[in-house]
Amino acid sequence: MVGIIGYGVYIPRYRIKTEEIACVWGEDGEAMAHGLRVFEKSLPGPDEDVVTISTEAARNAVKYAELDPKRIGAVYVGSESHPYAVKPTGTIVSEAIGCSTDMTCADFEFACKAGTAAVQACMGLVSSKMIDVGLAIGADTAQGRPGDALEYSAAAGGVAILIGKENPVATIETTTSFTTDTPDFWRREGEDFPSHGARFTGEPAYFRHVEEGAKALMKKTDTTIDDYDYFVFHQPNGKFPMAMGKTLGVPMEKLEDSLVVKDIGNTYSASAMMGLARILDIADPGSKIFMVSYGSGAGSDAFSIVVEDEIEAHRGEVPTVDDYIKRKTYVNYSIYAKYRRKIKALG
Amino acid sequence: MAEKGVAQVWRRFDSIYNLIGTHCSNCGTYYFPPRLVCPKCRRKGKLEEYKYKGLGKIHTFSIVRQAPENFKRQVPYVVAQVQLDEGPRLTAQIVNIDPEDVKIGMRVRVCFRKITEYGEGGIIVYGYKFEPTMIVTGHE
Repeated sequence: MVGIIGYGVYIPRYRIKTEEIACVWGEDGEAMAHGLRVFEKSLPGPDEDVVTISTEAARNAVKYAELDPKRIGAVYVGSESHPYAVKPTGTIVSEAIGCSTDMTCADFEFACKAGTAAVQACMGLVSSKMIDVGLAIGADTAQGRPGDALEYSAAAGGVAILIGKENPVATIETTTSFTTDTPDFWRREGEDFPSHGARFTGEPAYFRHVEEGAKALMKKTDTTIDDYDYFVFHQPNGKFPMAMGKTLGVPMEKLEDSLVVKDIGNTYSASAMMGLARILDIADPGSKIFMVSYGSGAGSDAFSIVVEDEIEAHRGEVPTVDDYIKRKTYVNYSIYAKYRRKIKALG
Repeated sequence: MAEKGVAQVWRRFDSIYNLIGTHCSNCGTYYFPPRLVCPKCRRKGKLEEYKYKGLGKIHTFSIVRQAPENFKRQVPYVVAQVQLDEGPRLTAQIVNIDPEDVKIGMRVRVCFRKITEYGEGGIIVYGYKFEPTMIVTGHE
């Protein structure tokens, strides 16, 4: 059965506290942090972007899997912050990790679920035996307009997942998707920052799609909440996945290990995948994981995953999600503005 | 419009993305950037492609506070000579560390970063920089 044969993550070193951002806009930082359940967020360094973040995560995944990168037959990078409008991120990533030229490559975009869409595409190619191994990446250096609510959560990070059939560390039992035309969040061509429908991003968007996705997967697999050990939902902030868990009746102890958003913010295309990676870092073989990603626009991808014994042979080779979370340095809003190119005079 | 310098950078992608140099199997010397001829062995030299492990130590370094236009956003930053474990020494930026914490002899590993951009609409050049080695949970 198709599964995850390796995975790797990357989170930039820089962090800014919610209180620091709130202070600039005259908001109550502590209340904001507790309300959103986001206490600090990661931001890319001045020389980091989706290409560099994807490459670091992919190199970790290849090392974790002990895989010859020449066996990779597809590289798909999901992001909404590709550095080029035209020129695929995946071409640079594949060369930088040493892939052969005998492979297919494309960039994906579906707001925060582009990474899991790439996972599904790789699953299809591997299942149909068109390729041996596929590399699906979700990475972002998310944009938030200064002063907008998004600025408190839009973060940077990446997760790379190698999909194959040989000795998976986790088997993907099945996947389902739920897709509609819901304009809750968008960015037009040439715009620096996205726009959103404020409260409209909640009920008809995130909650409807994640809930429908979760229900569809449970119906397809004929399972209930009790059949799973861990739950991972897309994390635009800490509040939404917790509310989703409550609606679905997920006990907090099955959800809390995936909530990396409180420490690094919303890594967009990497968000749900980062939660999954954290679970894969700690889960015992035999554990069952239920994951639902969400992308504005809108859609959700749900996955049922089982951790295999093989996972224990691969741990300790590459940094874990927690290793990256702990490696941090705080910057103030001025440095944040400089690194995020919010100072236009610097070009 | 054709952009100046694209082909020049493209020819070096292999070496600047993946630290690929050469190794002379006759005298055992490692070279970076790659060489076409071993200067020690000349005609007897046998050069083969070699991918460096990407580990080394800081031989010496400087903190740049007055930077060229393209690098102003990064000021202050560290440029160092890194001695690779295989022998060659190369010049690279040191990242993921505060400049005042950089020390001669510090262990570093290669990482992948943006080197420069050819203006706002031009190509982006990626390549190697170095960072301090990381703590990995469970690694002995």
